[in-house]
Amino acid sequence: MLRNKPRAEVMKSRIPGRTLAVAACILTLLFSVGCRYDMQDQPRYKQYKSSEFFGDGKAMQDPPDGTVARGQLQENKALYTGKKEGVDINAPVESTTDAKGNTIVATFPNDVEELPLPLTKELLERGEQRYRVFCIVCHGPVGKGDGMVVRRGYPQPTTYHDDRLRNAPVGHFFDVITNGWGKMNGYSSQIPVADRWAIVAYIRALQASQNPNPKSVTAGDTPGANETKTDGNQESTNTEPAANGGAK
Amino acid sequence: MAQLFHRGANNIVKASLALVVILGGTAFYAYTQIARSSYLTNRYLERQQPVQFSHRHHVGDDGIDCRYCHTSVESGASAGIPPTQTCMNCHNQLWADSPYLEPVKASYRDNKPIKWERVHDLPGFAYFNHSIHVAKGVGCSTCHGQIDNMPSVYQENTLQMEWCLSCHRNPEQFIRPKSEIYNMDWKDSDLTADERNKLKTDYKIRSRELLTSCSTCHR
Repeated sequence: MLRNKPRAEVMKSRIPGRTLAVAACILTLLFSVGCRYDMQDQPRYKQYKSSEFFGDGKAMQDPPDGTVARGQLQENKALYTGKKEGVDINAPVESTTDAKGNTIVATFPNDVEELPLPLTKELLERGEQRYRVFCIVCHGPVGKGDGMVVRRGYPQPTTYHDDRLRNAPVGHFFDVITNGWGKMNGYSSQIPVADRWAIVAYIRALQASQNPNPKSVTAGDTPGANETKTDGNQESTNTEPAANGGAK
Repeated sequence: MAQLFHRGANNIVKASLALVVILGGTAFYAYTQIARSSYLTNRYLERQQPVQFSHRHHVGDDGIDCRYCHTSVESGASAGIPPTQTCMNCHNQLWADSPYLEPVKASYRDNKPIKWERVHDLPGFAYFNHSIHVAKGVGCSTCHGQIDNMPSVYQENTLQMEWCLSCHRNPEQFIRPKSEIYNMDWKDSDLTADERNKLKTDYKIRSRELLTSCSTCHR
């Protein structure tokens, strides 16, 4: 067939073929541009992206109420709530009234008195670091309630360095960090449980630092035990906590 | 057969060959520069946010630690956008009546998240995890710049692959002590090269081959 065609006709039929090839190349290139953007913005959810699928518009969904993740049963009540096991919630709470008419709770019968985590140098250091992230903004570097946010006009929190809070059990501080107190919001969404206890341990250290009287602080919670390890002799380290524990 | 081209045509050919090289080179250079330009990378582009939130005020003036709001930067892939409750920790008292805060208060009241404009948006094919970078001594300001000087946050770097690789090839040039990760004023010159090399060993940073292998970032 082709042989019978005049030369000019063959030329004619070739040209559209070449044009087609070029057009196909350009189209492919155009598609490849499209591919790049599909890969760039893939149809999957990243953190904090919005979603049209869920009613609340959020891609990140909360687990249904009452869900317990594996290993998250939180059986240890003291660790996760700072409250004692089997204590009457309606136990009488002593309270007094200050000059301004505010009620001051003086006893905390439901709160645990011992740290549920072993008190180590690492725990205290972690506590100091976390304190400087979350607490220092209001409570100030040593807990006198003179943080930057207070200087900007936030109502001043009470100092850690009065008898009421020196004698308050550690569980009380944990409870306040978790659920808030007065004008302070709870920090449970910002600070994990272990870090909350680390902060509580550090607050005890701050209290001891501003009131260096071994009889007024709980024995195991003072930073003194750790400090003597470095400068004092080993014997005093071993005897001191026991002596303090006896005093308490 | 008569000469088709004039004798001077040789020069024209040489000149045009040179011109092709020069023009081609210029075009390629222009392409590389345009591809790196802020027009395409959105570098330095200040985004308008639904709330006039200033990092310069909260970080620079108030000295609030990055982790107060970006709580998951040490533990997760995303640094974490704070829930509105974090704003209300202070703003339930401070500037509580200011009209500037109305979007925040509305969000808190209606339990609807604030729709922040994303500033740093990596392509979907790049894997990134904040926690490993923080754990290996990469400070916030190394990638994000001096946030404490940014009233509205912009992208300090191109976020292009060559920028990622510049550090993945030579991490020892950019790492710092763990205590300085959140220090906005840290300069790489604060440590000598030897000290940074020692940090690289202490942090057990993997080899250049592993850090630049494809599947490290494209999983």
